[in-house]
Amino acid sequence: MYLPCPVVQNIKVSCTSWKCALEDVAWIISAPAYHLILEGILILWIIRLLFSKTYKLQERSDLTVKEKEELIEEWQPEPLVPPVSGDHPALNYNVVSGPPSHNIVVNGKKCVNFASFNFLGLLDDPRVKAAALVSLRKYGVGTCGPRGFYGTFDVHLDLEDRLAKFMQTEEAIIYSYGFATIASAIPAYSKRGDIVFVDRAACFAIQKGLQASRSDIQLFKHNDMADLERLLKEQEIEDQKNPRKARVTRRFIVVEGLYMNTGTICPLPELVKLKYKYKARIFLEESLSFGVLGEHGRGVTEHFGISIDDIDLISANMENSLASIGGFCCGRSFVIDHQRLSGQGYCFSASLPPLLAAAAIEALNIMEENPGIFSVLREKCKRIHKALQGISGLKVVGESFSPAFHLQLQESTGSREDDVKLLQEIVNHCMDRSIALTQARYLEKEEKCLPPPSIRVVVTVEQTDEELERAARTIKEVAQAVLL
Amino acid sequence: MANPGGGAVCNGNLHNHRKQSDSLQSGNCTKNGIVKEAQQNGKPHFYDKPIVESFEEAPLHVMVFTYLGYGLGTLFGYFRDFLRNCGIEKCNAAVEREEQKDFVPLYQNFENFYTRNLYMRIRDNWNRPICSAPSALFDVMERVSDDYNWTFRFTGRIIKDVINMGSYNFLGLAASYDESMKTVKDVLEQYGLGVASTRHEMGSLDKHKELENLVAEFLNVEAAMVFGMGFATNSMNIPALVGKGCLILSDELNHASLVLGARLSGATIRIFKHNNMQSLEKLLRDAVIYGQPRIRRAWKKILILVEGIYSMEGSIVNLPQIVALKKKYKAYLYIDEAHSIGSVGPTGRGVVEFFGLDPRDVDVFMGTFTKSFGASGGYIAGRKDLVDYLRVHSHSAAYATSMSPPIAEQIIRSMKFIMGLDGTTQGLQRVRQLAKNTRYFRQRLNEMGFIIYGNEESPVVPLLLYMPAKVAAFARHLLNRKIGVVVVGFPATPLAEARARFCVSAAHTREMLDTVLENLDEMGDLLQLKYSRHKKSARPELYDETSFELDD
Repeated sequence: MYLPCPVVQNIKVSCTSWKCALEDVAWIISAPAYHLILEGILILWIIRLLFSKTYKLQERSDLTVKEKEELIEEWQPEPLVPPVSGDHPALNYNVVSGPPSHNIVVNGKKCVNFASFNFLGLLDDPRVKAAALVSLRKYGVGTCGPRGFYGTFDVHLDLEDRLAKFMQTEEAIIYSYGFATIASAIPAYSKRGDIVFVDRAACFAIQKGLQASRSDIQLFKHNDMADLERLLKEQEIEDQKNPRKARVTRRFIVVEGLYMNTGTICPLPELVKLKYKYKARIFLEESLSFGVLGEHGRGVTEHFGISIDDIDLISANMENSLASIGGFCCGRSFVIDHQRLSGQGYCFSASLPPLLAAAAIEALNIMEENPGIFSVLREKCKRIHKALQGISGLKVVGESFSPAFHLQLQESTGSREDDVKLLQEIVNHCMDRSIALTQARYLEKEEKCLPPPSIRVVVTVEQTDEELERAARTIKEVAQAVLL
Repeated sequence: MANPGGGAVCNGNLHNHRKQSDSLQSGNCTKNGIVKEAQQNGKPHFYDKPIVESFEEAPLHVMVFTYLGYGLGTLFGYFRDFLRNCGIEKCNAAVEREEQKDFVPLYQNFENFYTRNLYMRIRDNWNRPICSAPSALFDVMERVSDDYNWTFRFTGRIIKDVINMGSYNFLGLAASYDESMKTVKDVLEQYGLGVASTRHEMGSLDKHKELENLVAEFLNVEAAMVFGMGFATNSMNIPALVGKGCLILSDELNHASLVLGARLSGATIRIFKHNNMQSLEKLLRDAVIYGQPRIRRAWKKILILVEGIYSMEGSIVNLPQIVALKKKYKAYLYIDEAHSIGSVGPTGRGVVEFFGLDPRDVDVFMGTFTKSFGASGGYIAGRKDLVDYLRVHSHSAAYATSMSPPIAEQIIRSMKFIMGLDGTTQGLQRVRQLAKNTRYFRQRLNEMGFIIYGNEESPVVPLLLYMPAKVAAFARHLLNRKIGVVVVGFPATPLAEARARFCVSAAHTREMLDTVLENLDEMGDLLQLKYSRHKKSARPELYDETSFELDD
């Protein structure tokens, strides 16, 4: 009944509009001719403008095919690699035959090892080897896939559990390469636009991680909290100017526990204070301090008695104290779990061979069973540290409890090259007298802040007191002979 | 013996009933003026055998349903996020510490939307833990979730003897211990596991030297250097080779490690379409002619980054043409043979051998030991001056701990096995077996009507699933049938091209492959995965039954 009504109305409406249209047409016909012609021309003009080619200010001078061919013919690239001089130390490297453990055979000469980071002497520990062998029998060697694609073995899950428990955190994640650990972890969180405050002496892996993150990088003077606070303050002022931007700009402080390049410890309590004051998260690289500092070897946090929850992320490699291969990050699940999808070195790399994971587990067992091992190591560090004081021409750089520290020239000769040569002479003479040492090597052009040349001395629990004394004596004598 | 020379490339012409090339591969893109003009003069000698590679497009309705699937998932995700925000639905995700609530959020909310709402639903199909060697059969640990995949609980049950179609164990050299691994055991007992120093300092072992010499011999190049991690081999060595003022031309589907290495180098990066020679030539030509943007100086050098076999596409790099182009435009070629070394070529020497080219045509060989050699780590090989330069300048050599000795020994053992230096021909047989298994598996899948991507000789076989729901169903059903497969979706693939990726191994027996194929056939009907519209082969089986030989 009611349905047709609107239709009828519609028809009515359209009728009226038709009428209007007809009236319009009538008006057009009645309009004067000149008017119509003018409008017609205008319409044509618009059409022409619409379809004409864009006007070019200057005709492009395209190269002819022949010219292009000539350009291709003429171009000569630089060689893929520039030639390197044959006497570079990296080409005449030390060859170690046999295990790089306490007693080491370098270039055919038997020495006591003061160069490898085998702090706890676990590298040729029979228990570790036995555990790895059990794993080898069961799993073979390789994993043939990344963690996501059947590269997760029960051993990996065990190791992650054990590391988390050892460090007393919620979660740990393992990487198959020590270097890739912090270098992948940083860009997983810090993105373009975020700000990272980083110590000048930070190791190369951190530098690469920062570069990959493309974040804004602020360097502060080595271990100088006043300088860090100055930068944080500057940032705070900046943030107040632009609060909208500040709300999405994450701030990170990246430091090392014991610095690889200086052997010094970071002032963690002050850092934690600054963290809460300026709301910046702390990432801590503990490759040298894990399994070294603290009563149970948990690293800098235990050394200073700081709750591990105050540190957002701790990363360390398993290549030094644990004497295996790979690295791990640990912290709260809220932070760590993110890397399982965003850590490039985790997602896109084959997982750690199970025998290396098994070795790391066994090494953790040994560490847990012998907590005394850490104080033994500290005693040894202090002993050689003290014995090396007062060598004329050489200064000891690094903490007295650091198992890796540096010997630098007191006075540089003025050129880095000559310094390196002098130090190498000392190293070579020591090697002749069965003390294996090495200079700390850097890629000089790649480092952000290149540390001065130095000899790195590494202390392990296996070195006897007699050997430590002998090493100190030898270095002293050799240095005196070379430098004076 | 239907195929004595192991001739990996000799039967391409049998497949001419199939689409020979697709839009990506086609050589008829001559509309593009520049390309045409470029090919006029001095046409270089190209590899003359056809490269049979197929990338069939999905039917329209499949695409529509795929996007619809994602659309629905996204809408539902928003709805659930809304419920979570209102506190109606419990949020299982880990949360920030109370003390740090006022910090700038560590993650942006939308960053994890996909993870939280789509990935979480089907997360059980990844990271499945196993508890045996990743050989042809492996044991998967059964796990269940009580909270919709937020956490998993192990039941303690082990799913025994699952057929492994997921691990890159091309030659079956990743297996549990047997007598052939005795040297690995000896090295482990003698050397221990770690090295605790870098190559530049005190971490160059005699084992590394031995391995490097062997790798160079294997690849038939002057020198080689090995590194502890495959990923880092790319990301830490490309920056040593190129830098500011250099140009990197990178395939769009290159692995993350190549991309990272290219980024860290500071060089300008331009992307060419996957395996598309027209696209590459255009970029090369423009680069040489127009030089660097703005300052207009000529590029210092141009480096082409490609992979041998692409792990998600199953395609093999069009090396003959790339070599021709690189010679013509004087660019350098860096080839990542992570998947192709050991797995293609009549004697397993990779893509250069596959195409019968000269190793000197490639400037930088890179590869990993993770896949065919059942170990871990990577290598860079090439001319002696290149390797010497890297010994001095590689980031990895200066700062990263060197390779573990037992791992090095496993590679030595595997390489000698493939080269026949162990006094047997078993290694060679494995390489041939892999080629046969690959052809058989691909052939059968094609006949069944699945859309599979890639080169017919590539042991990486992607099977297209498209729809996100089918991805999960496929993997779960197959695990119930004791077949372990890898499924991949966004972001590893384009959004609408989720796929399953099989890795054929020489260790797969014909029975195993048949079991897998039967199950796939059923699965294809059950989930309606047979999308291919190509005419199916009417020929009797190309693969000669009698030519199949078990590896003994």
